[in-house]
Amino acid sequence: MNINELREHLCSQYPDLCPLFSVEFGDGVLVIDADRLHEAATDLRDLGFDRLGMVTAVDTRDEFELVYRLQSRQMHAGIFVKARVPRDEPTIASVTDLWPAANWQEREVFDMFGIVFTGHPDLRRILLTDDWVGYPLRKDYQDERIIRRPDYI
Amino acid sequence: MTLLWGFLWGVAAVATIASGAILGVWWERKVAARIQMRFGPQQIGPFGSLQMIADVPKLLFKEDIVPELADKAIFKYAPLFVFGPVAVSMVVIPFTAGWAPLDTSVGILFFLAVPSIEVIAILLSAWASHNTLSTLGGLRATAQMISYEIPRSLAVLSIVLLAGSLRPLDVVEAWRWWWMPLTFIAFVIYFIASIAEMNRGPFDIPEAESELVAGYFADYSGMRWASFMMAEYGSMIAASLFGAAVFFGGGWPFGGALGVVVLIVKTILIMTAIMWVKWTFPRLRQDQLMSLCWKVLTPLAIVQLVIVGVVLPWL
Amino acid sequence: MTEETIVNIGPSHPSTHGVCRIVVTLDGEVVVKAEPIIGHLHRGIEKMAENRTYLQVVPLTDRLDYVGSMYANWAYCRAVERLAGIRVPERAEYIRVIVCELQRIASHMMGIGSTGADTGAFTAFMYAFAQRDHVVELFEALCGSRLTYNYVRPGGVSMDLPDGWVEQVRSFVAQHPAAMMELDTLLFGNVIARARLKGVGVLPADTAVAWGTSGPTARGSGVNWDLRRDDPYSVYPRFDFEVPLGENGDCYDRARIRLWECVESCKIIDQALDQLEPGPVKAEGLPRLLAPRPGDAYDHIESARGSLGVYLVSDGSPRPYRMKVRSPAFCNLSVLPLLAEGHTLSDLVVIIGSLDPVFGEVDR
Repeated sequence: MNINELREHLCSQYPDLCPLFSVEFGDGVLVIDADRLHEAATDLRDLGFDRLGMVTAVDTRDEFELVYRLQSRQMHAGIFVKARVPRDEPTIASVTDLWPAANWQEREVFDMFGIVFTGHPDLRRILLTDDWVGYPLRKDYQDERIIRRPDYI
Repeated sequence: MTLLWGFLWGVAAVATIASGAILGVWWERKVAARIQMRFGPQQIGPFGSLQMIADVPKLLFKEDIVPELADKAIFKYAPLFVFGPVAVSMVVIPFTAGWAPLDTSVGILFFLAVPSIEVIAILLSAWASHNTLSTLGGLRATAQMISYEIPRSLAVLSIVLLAGSLRPLDVVEAWRWWWMPLTFIAFVIYFIASIAEMNRGPFDIPEAESELVAGYFADYSGMRWASFMMAEYGSMIAASLFGAAVFFGGGWPFGGALGVVVLIVKTILIMTAIMWVKWTFPRLRQDQLMSLCWKVLTPLAIVQLVIVGVVLPWL
Repeated sequence: MTEETIVNIGPSHPSTHGVCRIVVTLDGEVVVKAEPIIGHLHRGIEKMAENRTYLQVVPLTDRLDYVGSMYANWAYCRAVERLAGIRVPERAEYIRVIVCELQRIASHMMGIGSTGADTGAFTAFMYAFAQRDHVVELFEALCGSRLTYNYVRPGGVSMDLPDGWVEQVRSFVAQHPAAMMELDTLLFGNVIARARLKGVGVLPADTAVAWGTSGPTARGSGVNWDLRRDDPYSVYPRFDFEVPLGENGDCYDRARIRLWECVESCKIIDQALDQLEPGPVKAEGLPRLLAPRPGDAYDHIESARGSLGVYLVSDGSPRPYRMKVRSPAFCNLSVLPLLAEGHTLSDLVVIIGSLDPVFGEVDR
């Protein structure tokens, strides 16, 4: 299924998600409000996106952008879902109940960005030690052990 | 005088096992390498035969590590009691017609019973290491070795029934070539159960290197570790010698010194088969091992015993 | 009910295939609970990438899946190419396919070999490693390195094939399927191996999909999903190959379909060598310093462990603003607690081996 068929399919089933759909670098992207994410994710799962490929976040310096990659085996298509959460209180609903695959991935995002997933069954640090201070992938993370590469450019 | 002879025999047995273990390790490395499309040791001595001579000083000079939390006294002396019983059991083997180092009327019983003391030593060493993996290994070893005593003894019982004596020299004397087909099942059971007794692959569950790292001797190093290994090779040599003696007629068809040579050749053949099995098969699981023992080998051994018992009056 | 024992497997343990700690709660020999604790090999590669130029990141990706470096190279380069709009010459695409299929063989040989070693069949391990060594020697001739290749670069590959390399690959591919048949008889035909692997660690197909597993782990459960066929990339649509599938989703199926995948890889390599034509191996007119336009791009390939994706965000500077690696081994390992429950400690080791995790990729 190519990107246009996917758009039509999405619009016919869930018209309210239709205006949020756009295409970037050949991939379909849905930009959704953070508080509506769980609802939209449920819709997308019912639409046939049975695999959660990836959950990650990007620190845009103003806010955090959560990026979900969904895949569908029946439709042979992938889609991105993006949601933005404020930096000072980063909280979003967990999708672990929809795709158990989110369990470890959301733990990783929590570990690296400090984003709290409400409803996650076991939100602990996963890659770093439990007593680590700070969230390393935030752009303002400070650690004296970080060595800045010399700027040859 | 008896004490002195006993001491000398003890030294001779330990020396035999040690040199046998050295040769056995070299032979095993060669056999394993051939099975795995490799060459094995090549550099030291002809065909790498002096490799173990080079390895022994390394083991002797290795640091002897005793874990902080270990029960020190038991930890240090348990390896001795693993190795000892194996060395002692060798003493009753009829090396040639009419000669065994110790000629006793309960020799076969002695051979089957004495190595079982090893179990206690293994359990002690496992417990003294203060390590969960070692403890698990020790428990597995105990369960396995005690269980496999039964089919092993039953298998040997068929031969005892045919020979009508527990004296190894009598068995060798009474042995006839047609016992081989008659007691073939018994030999197979003896072979499998012996491998399980000496904790070698595919029954190396107590020391499974992929899950328990090395099981009950995980914390040992240097010479103490080497004594575990010597015990393994010692029991392999002892079991092969005993098997060759009672199931294949010892030095048959020759007597005297030539008989000893024939016995050693038969022993090497059995040992090679044991190595072949180890380097071909994967490891069994604990429950599969137990069901093999109690559901297959033990009933089969009893069936063999019944066959021998039925045939016996007609001989 | 006996008292439960807690056993720590790892972090340094022969069968965790790297540095993973598994806290196992045992009831006798039976696993009540197994909790993997990962992150011992976490080097912060995603953070390090933010500090380097696009080309300097390529050696970092080698260190992700150190058993299959070519995949991480390729996935990263595809994301960069998508972001910067680079067109890769056809010969380079063919070379990438050939090296990646060879890499699949090398990686699966490690996986099958360690399944053998975990069950105690050390000879099978040696047989598999003999095959792996042939591939590694081919790579050494190709790029001078045996483990971290740094061969696939944005815009193509680092250098053209050396003289005589194609013939060496052909002779390897010609003997490989027969060696696989031999290994199949030695390991999977063995009665003890069957008893150890069959029915152990069953992963149902719907669980496999829901937990995000991919690659042989999912296909062993019968999930018919292979990115090479279902989301074709590069020149894969031009090749004719099968996707082997398991039926029961146990360790036996997971380990064994790796073997058949190697045979299919040989077919792909053969076809790719037939279609290989001379030409450039690097895109023309690449700037020395890549600075893609702002935006984000994601691309994924089918690695030996599953779908390996790289998500890149650019802010227009010569350094990636954010790099995220979607690691298949990470997702595959997350089903371990489900699979291990109720099996014995010996089975736990086999289950870890059948998931074939590489901790460079799990921990990143």
